Amino acid sequence: MVRVRLWGSLAEGAEGQREVEIEAGNLRELLDGLGERFPALRAELERGVSVSIDGRVYNDSWFTPIGPESEVVLLRRLKGG
Amino acid sequence: MSRIHVTTTINGDETDFLCDAEDTLLDVLRDRLGLTGTKEGCGTGDCGACSVLVDGRLVCSCLMLGAEAEGREVATIEGMARGDQLHPLQQKFIEMAALQCGICTPGILVAAKSLLERNPDPSEEEVRYWLAGNLCRCTGYDKIIRAVMETAADMRRAS
Amino acid sequence: MALDQTGKTRDFKVVGTRPNRPDGIDKVTGRARFGADIVAPGMLTGRILRSPHAHARILRIDASKAEALPGVKAVVTRADFGDVPDHVADIMDNCMAGAKALYDGHAVAAVAANSAAVARKALRLIEVEYEVLPSVTDVDAAMRPGASVLHEGRQQETVPGGMSGNVISRVEFGHGDIEAGLKRADRVVTRIYRTAATHQGYIEPHACLATMGPDGQADLWVCTQGHYMVRNTCAAILGMEQGQLRVTASEIGGGFGGKTTVFLEPVALMLSRKAGRPVKMVMSRTEVLRATGPTASTSIDVKIGMRKDGKITAAFAELRYQGGAYPGSPVDMGSMSAFAPYDLENVKTVGWDVVTNRPKAAAYRAPGAPMAAFAVESAIDELAKGFGLDPLEVRLMNGADKGTRASYGPTYPAIGLKATLEAARAHPHWKAPLGENQGRGVACGFWFNFGGDTCVSLNVTPDGTVNVSEGNPDIGGSRASMTMMAAEELGIPYDQVRTIIADTGSLGQNEVTDGSRVTFAVGLATIEAARAAKREMCRRAAMVWGIDEDAVEWEDGAARPAGPNAGKFPPMTLKEIAAIASNSGGPIAGHHEVNAEGAGVSFATHMVDVEVDPDTGATRILRYTVFQDAGKAVHPSYVEGQFQGGAVQGIGWALNEEYIYDKDGILQNPGFLDYRIPVASDLPMIDTVILEIPNPGHPYGVRGVGETSIVPPLAAIANAVSAAAGVRMVQLPMSPPRILAAMQGRGRA
Repeated sequence: MVRVRLWGSLAEGAEGQREVEIEAGNLRELLDGLGERFPALRAELERGVSVSIDGRVYNDSWFTPIGPESEVVLLRRLKGG
Repeated sequence: MSRIHVTTTINGDETDFLCDAEDTLLDVLRDRLGLTGTKEGCGTGDCGACSVLVDGRLVCSCLMLGAEAEGREVATIEGMARGDQLHPLQQKFIEMAALQCGICTPGILVAAKSLLERNPDPSEEEVRYWLAGNLCRCTGYDKIIRAVMETAADMRRAS
Repeated sequence: MALDQTGKTRDFKVVGTRPNRPDGIDKVTGRARFGADIVAPGMLTGRILRSPHAHARILRIDASKAEALPGVKAVVTRADFGDVPDHVADIMDNCMAGAKALYDGHAVAAVAANSAAVARKALRLIEVEYEVLPSVTDVDAAMRPGASVLHEGRQQETVPGGMSGNVISRVEFGHGDIEAGLKRADRVVTRIYRTAATHQGYIEPHACLATMGPDGQADLWVCTQGHYMVRNTCAAILGMEQGQLRVTASEIGGGFGGKTTVFLEPVALMLSRKAGRPVKMVMSRTEVLRATGPTASTSIDVKIGMRKDGKITAAFAELRYQGGAYPGSPVDMGSMSAFAPYDLENVKTVGWDVVTNRPKAAAYRAPGAPMAAFAVESAIDELAKGFGLDPLEVRLMNGADKGTRASYGPTYPAIGLKATLEAARAHPHWKAPLGENQGRGVACGFWFNFGGDTCVSLNVTPDGTVNVSEGNPDIGGSRASMTMMAAEELGIPYDQVRTIIADTGSLGQNEVTDGSRVTFAVGLATIEAARAAKREMCRRAAMVWGIDEDAVEWEDGAARPAGPNAGKFPPMTLKEIAAIASNSGGPIAGHHEVNAEGAGVSFATHMVDVEVDPDTGATRILRYTVFQDAGKAVHPSYVEGQFQGGAVQGIGWALNEEYIYDKDGILQNPGFLDYRIPVASDLPMIDTVILEIPNPGHPYGVRGVGETSIVPPLAAIANAVSAAAGVRMVQLPMSPPRILAAMQGRGRA
């Protein structure tokens, strides 16, 4: 199981939980798992998110492994100038 | 619409061209003569990217008509180096990283050269005010001002 | 010294030096070809007709008179594009209005003609019938119930019911308990801060040249921060396959985020498709200001509680950003970055994305962050000064460090914030005396930095020189940096390597030159490409020596037997191996393709002295010092240049720059005379201090540096002006009349 921290407005889509546990070994499984468990999150997930895993930010790399002890934080999709 | 035949000197070469009455000198340089080193940043004389010398005077070529070049001597960035010898300002701008994107660089070099011809020993304030008509958005001007001052010092030592 | 991939420290030979840039000669002689400098045989001139109204329904467009004008070869309106995929629908609409014109300057039609004069005349012959609608350009006004609404059905599920349809989305970040934290504070500051929209202000207007044949193949030359993005976006809009559209990036005359999207490009392609001729389009400065990417204007509430020893007990901000006529203001980035420099137990930000009748906001250098930093850093300064505390010490006491849980969620690895604060405290600037009417301000700033899709191909020529091909337009010297990293890794001199920006047909997908990503991500790919080439060259040497390839190592530009057991062979240099490439299997190359992750976050502290004229309210910048973490400065001159340029853009934002609209939503200052960016005589030298706290995610420790430098200046200058003027400034720009009014109101409030 992976513990995922959600930002405030996402928590509303996850039944108010700021932290949820998802069965996932990599980023793709994590995002799929979140969307399955919390259908209200799907719109935001489809608009695009970034994910911080142990302080490193990932955008699209599905097969980035996530360990059970990893710190995982869902972020708004980051964009620069 | 009849065109105007203009004979002028550009970077030391006698040149003639046909232009419309409404064409600016900048239009002529860029679109009729292929001298695209002179840049258009605003078309209203506010940015200095189109700076050239006309009879030794620094002007925004977007504010002058092509037809007004008749009988005059125009100097553009393309004439600044002598053959493969860069002007000391050009060399110093490269060495001191006084450009980032480079779009304002031709205008600033033309303006700076004109300054040093008038005043070989300008103060920082004089350089800043002379170049106040040349906008640069990348560098914050710091390295540009330093490069002009240092070139001036080198040229004084060499003369 | 910095980390390499194995975590060892290493000495650099090329990285950290200051060689001349490879494009230098072209740029000082006028030979460099920028967007408007490209020509094609038989090319036409394209021009755009723009809406004179801020908000209007387009009832009818009749182009028949324009089409009949001799010399006109094509007219394009939105109808020519048909339906486009959802992910490019807003971009399409911004390039060419559909049912409504949404801002002053919105494109409504375009022509291609055999001269600029004919094109201009043709625009005047296009008849557009508008139904003018009420407009709104202010963010707070747009949020009020009853405000004129731009779009129906765009509000996201994150917005509570009953709000204006102009409110598109809401985000919230943070942790802890704000109310509990505020109760522990000795003082709470609550203020509203406002910032005006500013433009990136690149000196080169947008320009492109498109040519499309009847077979559907097309070429596009364009000044852009990302020609792969241009390809993908235009292909989607025009219903083309990406492989049929080759895009070549010209030299780019500044971007700062403003050239990370398309404006003219799809229109030029459509004109070329219809006319069957190449079409060149170049914007005027007025068009640039009216219709391309300004940043958001903002209205921000901040509430921060502090104990009298300087400890922040709770921090809250509510940010309202209008991003122009389409969803997507950078309020999410502002909300995430607002408190990022601090280690806070109780922190919360709420952000609202709002649409108004202004041009669609484009990214601008650390999009969203400078305004948030202005608000937060001003409030912290006010609290610190209210307790008589040193503002640097207060920031050090509350500053984020390794292990801090950031306000936006993750826990920081090694970061450089405190290093920048300590460097600021130790700098002579901090203790220098100030005169009458003068003030000093400091502020911190943060930016995320990005990586993303990146390809580099490195080819060894038969004579043993090296070409690097990368796919990111060089906006401030990155070709020099890539050349340096390739030379460093290969162990050869800088002048033996030449780097070019390849077109979209020559490499795989590359993310845009944005997010301070290039020196990090393209650098990483360049190093990996060089490593691949080294492995191949070691293999060739092993073949020559008849030993196992694992018994060969690369050092100082040559293959060598690895240790005494590998055999005694004299080293084979890169040139010697290149000479036998054909004899040993063929040409030698290395390449690397990656979605680069691991960009390290970056922090800065800025310090500025100002003098405010009590009679006019005019502010003069007296002294400015930037302290920023670069991870590892590859070419220190260009790192300094990024610091200086960001600081000065921030000075313009703080003091002068502003989009001014009248009550009908018409832009009043679309030119460099009235939209005044800083000029040389406004400024002092900008001093820089480069800190190097290596980024563990890059082989040489590199962090992006381009964006962070614009985050602190707004607040640093506001803090300095507030000190000099004796009154807290809460609205940007701090123009002379605004400062004068604040000074005259002092004591009355």
